[in-house]
Amino acid sequence: MSDFWSGYFWPTVITILEILLVVIVIAVAMAYLTYFERKVLALMQRRKGPNVIGPFGLWQPWADALKLATKETIIPSGANATIFLMAPMLLFMLSLVAWAVIPFGEGLVLADINVGILYLFAISSLGVYGIIMAGWASNSKYAFLGGLRSAAQMVSYEVSIGFVLVTVLLCVGSLNLSQIVLAQQHVWFFIPLFPMFIVFFISGLAETNRAPFDLPEGESELVAGFFVEYSSMSFALFYLGEYVNMILMSAMTSILFLGGWLPPFGITPAHAPYGTIWFILKISFVLFAFLWVRATFPRFRYDQLMRLGWKVFLPASLFWLVLTAGVLVWAGWLPARV
Amino acid sequence: MIVQAICFYIFSAIAVASGVMVIAARNPVHSVLFLILAFFNAAGLFVLMGAEFLAMILVIVYVGAVAVLFLFVVMMLDIDFAQLRSGAVRYLPIGATVGIILAVELVLMFAAWVFAPEVGQALAAPMPGAHVTNTAALGDLLYTKYVYAFQAAGIILLIAMIGAIVLTLRHKPDVRRQKIGVQVSRRRTETIALVKVKAREGIGEEEGVR
Repeated sequence: MSDFWSGYFWPTVITILEILLVVIVIAVAMAYLTYFERKVLALMQRRKGPNVIGPFGLWQPWADALKLATKETIIPSGANATIFLMAPMLLFMLSLVAWAVIPFGEGLVLADINVGILYLFAISSLGVYGIIMAGWASNSKYAFLGGLRSAAQMVSYEVSIGFVLVTVLLCVGSLNLSQIVLAQQHVWFFIPLFPMFIVFFISGLAETNRAPFDLPEGESELVAGFFVEYSSMSFALFYLGEYVNMILMSAMTSILFLGGWLPPFGITPAHAPYGTIWFILKISFVLFAFLWVRATFPRFRYDQLMRLGWKVFLPASLFWLVLTAGVLVWAGWLPARV
Repeated sequence: MIVQAICFYIFSAIAVASGVMVIAARNPVHSVLFLILAFFNAAGLFVLMGAEFLAMILVIVYVGAVAVLFLFVVMMLDIDFAQLRSGAVRYLPIGATVGIILAVELVLMFAAWVFAPEVGQALAAPMPGAHVTNTAALGDLLYTKYVYAFQAAGIILLIAMIGAIVLTLRHKPDVRRQKIGVQVSRRRTETIALVKVKAREGIGEEEGVR
């Protein structure tokens, strides 16, 4: 019986507490990302942004959350209620489960699995279901068009993301995310693989449906795209899912290209707390770039989006994949077997 | 061990149940969603066996790509399934034959394992040690011993892809496409004509917009 307590029970309790800690941190980060976005956009457009509720408007996210929570949930007539309600839950759940494999520092990871990067890729490729299910179940043509657009967009950009991941993996020789970070001790991958870094960043924008690729929402033509019929908490879950996905994509960018928790030029030690602080700073930088892009560029037209994905990024990433493999073999830099 | 056994039964029960629902659901979209659930549980079974690479690839390829296309097609098609169902009796013999053949094959395979356990061992590659991850082990085998089979599979898929493109590619003459090169390399003189407009005459037909 003692085997049960020490072997199963306590580790399970500790894991659940760790998961709760990560989820709470992510939820707070997400709430303040909405605030950060509104502030950054406001400053770029020479406005003030939220500044009424609390000091500098800092309580604004909680006021928004409270407002959404007190609204009425409306299920449109003719909608497929089960799938209609399942879609936002699925999207939000997927955006959270991906964090299981993200290393926040050396050894600070919930599940240090061997195929971490494939797990992330699998989870991010599932996000499309939440959107397409929402679009279909709403029984509305705007929502359906938004869902279809989003499905085509995410599937298209996943292909080039896949090739970028393979290129990074060639340089690392492991699918483990901690190994990927440790392989960047000499040089962060965004320097030798700069074109792939750009491709990954732009594909990340498309994958998270952010401006200038926010066609699934396209408020000027599709009202609000796939979540036009949603209200109250189910709407909030879509919103939360989108922002958590943004943070996740930034975390992936920092791990794959910006050295994860490693400090630049070794100016501080890499162990906890420093490593985690560097990681958070890098995520914030990439998030700022996301918002910067949103404030700067107009929305793509749909045919331009598809053209960019299939005719520019796919050949470019395929070429860089072959080139990287060739250079690694030619120079004898192939990583040793792990 | 007991936790693994419980997980195994949960995953396989859901997989079988959702497999049944794929053919039993009235709504084709629900069928596809149940199919996805079945894929997921199969991935869970792979993880239980320690084949985490296969599990992830199953989710990425089948759930992330193939099933999305299924869902796409099924949502776009306007199929009256009640009408399709009415012909079920007519096709029952063919369906039953295929089902029986599959069942017999399964039984034969299990029988071979039970009566001659060494058959399985002769086919299987030797298990690599615990220090090799199963991604590396698969790669070792695929790119050395089975490299021709692997390449042949790749070529077959490529041909299928080319075939699909050839079948669906149509050049419509009246579709307006954006030619970015032409657009960017356009000069001012080609597009803008400055015209001095005389009072009370306006722009003549020949001088107007080309």
